[in-house]
Amino acid sequence: MTGAVNGLLTARDLTKRFGGVVALNALNISVRPGHILGLIGPNGSGKTTFFNVVTGIYPTSGGSVAFAGEDITDFSPQAVYRAGIARTFQRSRLSLSLSVFDNIMVGNHIRLDQGLWFNVMRRRDFKRQFEESFERARELVTVFNPPLAARMFEAVGGFPMIDHRRIEFCRALISGPRLLLLDEPSAGMTHDETTELMDNILEVKERLEDLTIIIIEHEMGVIERITDICVVLNFGQKICEGAYQDVAADKLVQEAYLGIQ
Amino acid sequence: MNRAGAVFASLLPGVGSAVAVTVYVILLLAVESQAAIAALLVAGVIAVLAAARFGGMARIGKSFAERRIAMNLVIVVAALAMIGFFYEDHFVLLLVATVIIYVIACLGLNLQFGYAGTLNFAGAAFFGVGCYTAAVLTKNTAMPDLLILVVGGVMAAVIGSLLILPVLRTRSHYSAVVTIAFALMFKIFLEVNDTLGGPQGLRVDGMNVLGWVFNDNIEIGENFEASFYLNYIVLGLVILALTFIVVRRLERSWVGLNLDAVRLDETAAACFGLNITRWKITAFMLGNFIVGLAGAFYAMMIGFIAPTNFTFSDSLNLIAIILLGGIGNPWGVVVATTVLIIVPEKLQVIEEYRFLLFGALVILILLFRPEGLLPRPLRTYLPGWQPK
Repeated sequence: MTGAVNGLLTARDLTKRFGGVVALNALNISVRPGHILGLIGPNGSGKTTFFNVVTGIYPTSGGSVAFAGEDITDFSPQAVYRAGIARTFQRSRLSLSLSVFDNIMVGNHIRLDQGLWFNVMRRRDFKRQFEESFERARELVTVFNPPLAARMFEAVGGFPMIDHRRIEFCRALISGPRLLLLDEPSAGMTHDETTELMDNILEVKERLEDLTIIIIEHEMGVIERITDICVVLNFGQKICEGAYQDVAADKLVQEAYLGIQ
Repeated sequence: MNRAGAVFASLLPGVGSAVAVTVYVILLLAVESQAAIAALLVAGVIAVLAAARFGGMARIGKSFAERRIAMNLVIVVAALAMIGFFYEDHFVLLLVATVIIYVIACLGLNLQFGYAGTLNFAGAAFFGVGCYTAAVLTKNTAMPDLLILVVGGVMAAVIGSLLILPVLRTRSHYSAVVTIAFALMFKIFLEVNDTLGGPQGLRVDGMNVLGWVFNDNIEIGENFEASFYLNYIVLGLVILALTFIVVRRLERSWVGLNLDAVRLDETAAACFGLNITRWKITAFMLGNFIVGLAGAFYAMMIGFIAPTNFTFSDSLNLIAIILLGGIGNPWGVVVATTVLIIVPEKLQVIEEYRFLLFGALVILILLFRPEGLLPRPLRTYLPGWQPK
């Protein structure tokens, strides 16, 4: 229960059952503000399920989740977002037929005036909000990839995978969340692209010191490079927690995850 | 001089195409011989294909995008020219007015299906709600006719809200089935309900706005008399313009973005705070309001309504218009409605095979051009806006 007292996000005895399958088994995870926590474990060990339960996509079967001192157990996905948690998806869930700007603005929902009257009739005010939002989005995109910032009104479908990931990061970051959940950002990318993307993440982290990140990753190089602390899952249970070197040296982890008998 | 030349060059494709389309539609409406109409249609298809093949469509589109105000004026002038040409021809003007009303209704369905992704197979039923509202109110109350139009829309939205719960609790195909069930029930309800005229239907009074009787021919001086349908066309065009502007602005706003996000990926949308229910209900109610308003207007123009006007196949027709035109593109709706209403009326030979041909057309479109005749472009929030 390291850091449970002053954790930004704290899951206590979090359990999720799908019928007879126990996907999360009394899981205790806590991440300190400003830390990058790596969540690792073999396929089916419950990593993505953890994200889905925290963000309210699945209801919990037991236990609790607290965020910034507030109990957010079984909050709706919308309420979790409003509380300040944003995420990316393993199978990047962008809308390919919409523009880069459109996709990023979906993540900016909380800052945009959603009233029908405002959107249809008060077009001058809308224009102001649109321009502010555009500047914000462009600044953020420039951090990731300057050439992308000049192509904000092109359909996402025409960009390579690494740009999809960047756009997804921007969509998650634009609302200024306190906690960012990254679900396997290196999936489907080459080694060089992954390195580039991790540079991006570290750069953002440097600018936004308070930002806390939980990252699910299979690339051990990535985990070693960017995380402050790692949690290893197996069959929905935490089997180890600590700095990467310690975790990698752990016997249990090697058995479960690295496949060493 | 150079500047003027550039303006001219950018206007030319737009104005040229507008003139060509106007002349073409006038010809199509004026010609009576079936062979000539068939020849015109073939020529039209070839012209469009040729224009598309040689990049003409892109140039026309660019022209419309660059000279928005000028081109809007051109469209208004073109519409007036078309109507002016047939000012005393009841049949043609009724056809034009019908097209206008169907475009309005389809803009409503486009909001539901094209943006929010809710496929509504009860379009004709909600149109019918508007019609029957107008019939009952013109007969039994002294309510001003313009208000009746609004009430027709409100009634369609209110009755549509009965469907909200089942539509929200089911997804895609299943919610479409819910609307199909409603469309079928609506017609049966009308047929067995004697207060609403049963299978015989109801008479509806013509419009009267501030003492101006819409069903009288327009007489100016001794020897000028224009068809009374002109009244309906003018008011119809005003309603169409307003609807078009509202739908366009909705699309070009955060609301349009939300509707797209909900349609494309509900889970991702929910993770970024979008209230799925709210946006689906907004699109469904607004869409039905527009459809109902169009229905009320139609009833007052046509003067007589019966359950057979609002069958399931009429609903299918409306959906076919959207599929054909380009899902989510209001201009596509205009083009597709014009084609699907004018062609069968003019080309009487195909009348019996109408639905067969519609079916074949929809299948061809879905196979070879699944985004419709005019695919929806990416969202431009503010037309003409450029990043600094």
